[in-house]
Amino acid sequence: MIPANFDYESPRTLSEALDLLASHEEAKILAGGHSLLPAMKLRLAAPSIVVDLGRIAGLNHIRQSGDQIVIGAMTPHADVASSKILHDSCPLLAQAASQIGDIQVRNRGTIGGSLAAAHPAADYPAAVLALDAEIVAISRSGERTIPATRFFTGMFTTELRPDEIITEVRLPRTEGQSVAYKKFHHPASGYAVVGVAVRLKRAGTKIESAAVGITGVGHIAYRATAVENALGGKNTAAIVEAAAHAAEGVEVLSDYYASADYRRHLATVFTRRALEQAVGT
Amino acid sequence: MAQNGKANGKRKAKLAAVWVGKKLKRKEDPRLIQGTSHYTDDLKLPRMLYCAFTRSPMAHAEISAIRTDAARALPGVVGVYTSEDLTGLGMVPCAIQMPGLNVPPHPVLATERVRYLGEPVAAVVAEDFYTARDAAEMIEVDYEPLPVVVNMEKALEKDSPVIHQHFKTNRAFTHALKNGDIQSAFKKADRVVKQRMVNQRLAPMAMEPRAVLAEYLPGENRLTVWSATQIPHLLRTQISVMVGLPETAVRVIAPEVGGGFGSKLNVYREEGLVPWLAMKLGRPVKWAETRRENITSTIHGRDTINHLELALKKDGKILGLRVRILADMGAYHQLLTPLIPQLTALMQAGCYKIPAIDIEIQGVFTNKMSTDAYRGAGRPEATYNIERIMGVAAHELGMDPAEFRLKNFPQPKEFPFTTVTGLVYDSAKYQESIKRALELSGYDSLRRRQKNGWKNGKYYGVGVSTYVEICAIGPSAATPAGGWESGTVRIEPTGKVTVLTGASPHGQGQETTFAQLIADELGIDPEDVNVIHGDTLAVPYGIGTFGSRATAVGGTAAYLATQKLKTKMVTLAAHLLGTKPPDITFGRGRLSAKGGKKSISFGELVMAAYTARNIPRGFEPGLEATHFFEPSNFTFPFGAHIASVEVDPETGEVKVDKYVAVDDCGNVINPMLVDGQIHGGIAQGMGQAMWEELIYNDEGQIVNGTLMDYALPKAHLLPDFTLDRTVTPTPVNPMGVKGVGEAGTIASTPCMVNAVCDALSPLGIKHIDMPLKPERVWSAMQQAQAAAKLEPQSAHKPLSSRASRGNSVSRKVARSNT
Repeated sequence: MIPANFDYESPRTLSEALDLLASHEEAKILAGGHSLLPAMKLRLAAPSIVVDLGRIAGLNHIRQSGDQIVIGAMTPHADVASSKILHDSCPLLAQAASQIGDIQVRNRGTIGGSLAAAHPAADYPAAVLALDAEIVAISRSGERTIPATRFFTGMFTTELRPDEIITEVRLPRTEGQSVAYKKFHHPASGYAVVGVAVRLKRAGTKIESAAVGITGVGHIAYRATAVENALGGKNTAAIVEAAAHAAEGVEVLSDYYASADYRRHLATVFTRRALEQAVGT
Repeated sequence: MAQNGKANGKRKAKLAAVWVGKKLKRKEDPRLIQGTSHYTDDLKLPRMLYCAFTRSPMAHAEISAIRTDAARALPGVVGVYTSEDLTGLGMVPCAIQMPGLNVPPHPVLATERVRYLGEPVAAVVAEDFYTARDAAEMIEVDYEPLPVVVNMEKALEKDSPVIHQHFKTNRAFTHALKNGDIQSAFKKADRVVKQRMVNQRLAPMAMEPRAVLAEYLPGENRLTVWSATQIPHLLRTQISVMVGLPETAVRVIAPEVGGGFGSKLNVYREEGLVPWLAMKLGRPVKWAETRRENITSTIHGRDTINHLELALKKDGKILGLRVRILADMGAYHQLLTPLIPQLTALMQAGCYKIPAIDIEIQGVFTNKMSTDAYRGAGRPEATYNIERIMGVAAHELGMDPAEFRLKNFPQPKEFPFTTVTGLVYDSAKYQESIKRALELSGYDSLRRRQKNGWKNGKYYGVGVSTYVEICAIGPSAATPAGGWESGTVRIEPTGKVTVLTGASPHGQGQETTFAQLIADELGIDPEDVNVIHGDTLAVPYGIGTFGSRATAVGGTAAYLATQKLKTKMVTLAAHLLGTKPPDITFGRGRLSAKGGKKSISFGELVMAAYTARNIPRGFEPGLEATHFFEPSNFTFPFGAHIASVEVDPETGEVKVDKYVAVDDCGNVINPMLVDGQIHGGIAQGMGQAMWEELIYNDEGQIVNGTLMDYALPKAHLLPDFTLDRTVTPTPVNPMGVKGVGEAGTIASTPCMVNAVCDALSPLGIKHIDMPLKPERVWSAMQQAQAAAKLEPQSAHKPLSSRASRGNSVSRKVARSNT
């Protein structure tokens, strides 16, 4: 519970932060601190320097930009959960944010921090996958946009390079689409034992296309393509059958709280429930 | 609330209760809420050093080498200590003596072997906390792994590795409690109901982890130890023995203590070592436990395996109870470790008339942290056993669980009631509390909802649990270290009152409740009563706060000390007013002579006792009295809880619909604090039933040793509680108070499991072990459904008929109550 010795910097600009990252191989970025600080206290992480993004202006915002909604990387979950823009134009992300951890966690934790930490049971990954969101990262060599579907590469690992900082997350507007996030909470951590984000484009009871992001089940959040394929072009009556494919092809996690069999079962139940909620049945 | 009882009546005759019974806000709260007070870890002394421990990462291993050079070389490190260095430091004490008890040596730092995860191997002292921690990480220990023993049943097998080799067995003790003709009880039985139940291991998890600060002044030969403890005086005695100082040279202070739940009713390795280090180094030394250390190295609770057999007549009369218990001691005995299962044995009959009982307990060593007192300490285990087997039996008999219990309660006129285990229950009306709980819960409508739910594939269940517990611990003859308590009351010259209590609290609110009590006795304001505790230099020897004893024993001591003062004040008033003591009336703020013409104010009288210029011959100046109260018996609070739940058949999740608790703790001093104890207790008991379990894997590693994994009950997981009380004062103390600190924890655990098993009874599910986490419930449902497919006739019929019978019974109960 006592971290190893480390240096601390709180740059005022992104460019200073990028310089610090470039010049310290063992640097870690501090956003809300809800992943990094516990790891440091348990000495699972021992960075030589912590670069705190908290004092850099311009990273905490939610705004519309053409067809997209742009969220600053340092925006806390609580702001995402209560954003009018998101409620009107992309409620799936707000729903997911409102179910993260507890009030204290939502007030401190940030969207950029959560995505970069890539916890296998975090809520945002399921949502950004289902939304086909884009993650914007910057380094001294420039800015790049990473599609969410390519962002998560493994347990606690992402496409990000050590010298990159997430600046924003871009989401599509989903007016007229059917969305839902359903989650089975771990009673201690509040993480998702299973979390399912769904987004359907439909005409009446006909589903034109489906996007389903699932977290907590595998080593990495994933798009449940087998579910999506079983729904595309079908009637909403196909939901029950489609949900059975929720963990297809996934190496399912197993721990003291939920075995692989049980998680697989929950993935099906919560996928069905999320789809049912999305279509309003 | 009804005010009755002889004791209360007597007090009324003297002075009306103004403050007792009032929902006074706690005097303690402003400073605690505003963070302006001090816990041990908040204290800093000049030249203070910090201590950290290197703890074993293995559950069982031979220590082949310890290399401390790198740690010693780290700048800021003042000293590194292993067991070889600890000359003159004694062992960690166990207070329990019983024939045949194996008590292993319990050194402060591991010698030769480590026997549980987190056992301290080396201690580092450094100029700051971080350096101490870094150095502790730099100590290299070579471990030769030994086979690990975590499972009690396996630990007792012949070929099991032995943890303490010189005992040649992992059995710590065998304890039997038998009474009545058990053979014939089972022979005569129409039905024998059997169940194996596991009472899982729990982490007490007080909000404030442990902390110890010690300072030694060689010139004065004075050792002062601040510790987060429930028992400052007992700790002082033990520290003096461990470090080899006369007890008069040791002062223990328990500053603010942030909860304990029994975990601080102990004497720990660190409480011996930190004072020893302070003496050795001539500088103050502080150690504050991290949460991870708290989980691995502070005592755990429960961890028993229980086999129950209940012999019954077909009308539901209990004939006999056979119980076999394995109780996990962990690797060493802490202060009371072997005592806890014996409390289970004593309370095993619950609130029932059981003609014959046969209990056998085996204490077992395993490669785990010691178990010891955890909120309820043996009684939750006893209550869980009896209330769960009652739940299973009610289903097997097809009887309503309330009716089944009513059939086996002793009648109010049978009190004091001697149980089959040899206890004498002081006073109770079990019938009244269960009837009130049935009423409050709307029992009939719950059963209707259940019946309709079952028809529609909904699993709704109602759990009933009654309980009796043993409080006000206790008569000294029945306790290892004295069961009395001290109370000193001093009226200062200005009329302000100081109360010193040996029952050092750790969150219970004695500063408020004792002030209410003494204010009423002296006819003054609680604001003018200051309750002091937790400093062995200020307070006469006391025992401490545990076992729901503080008010019933400690409060009584203060009450009786006050009576001594009142006698003295009446004597002085009579002298000053020129009359006889029997003619003096002790009123609020004033003492008056018969007829009411002459009187003296409380303040004037107090001052007269101190100026002492006009006092009766032989009158001792000043106004201070101490009473050491030795109770004649325990007290036995009781109550009835009812929970209704709905189980999600798809996920196994349990949703609590209603929770009703009717408790009887005798007379009540502050109803708000009593409600608070019940609320917290229910939450904690529900925590055991639903979420909490400390899991050691086969290697003796804790797999859920952080608060991100170990699921404590949280506010959003809990339903609203509906509370009510019945009031049956105890004759054991003059205030008629019984104790309430553990009741909720004792009642709610079996109540919840009874409710869930009741909900799932159509599936033929008889029992599920705790915690009732969703997967466990879901798996049980899956298995039962699979079994039902094989045997389609099995479960349904008797249950639907049982449910309708349940309804008619509860109607009858409700009628008889009106």
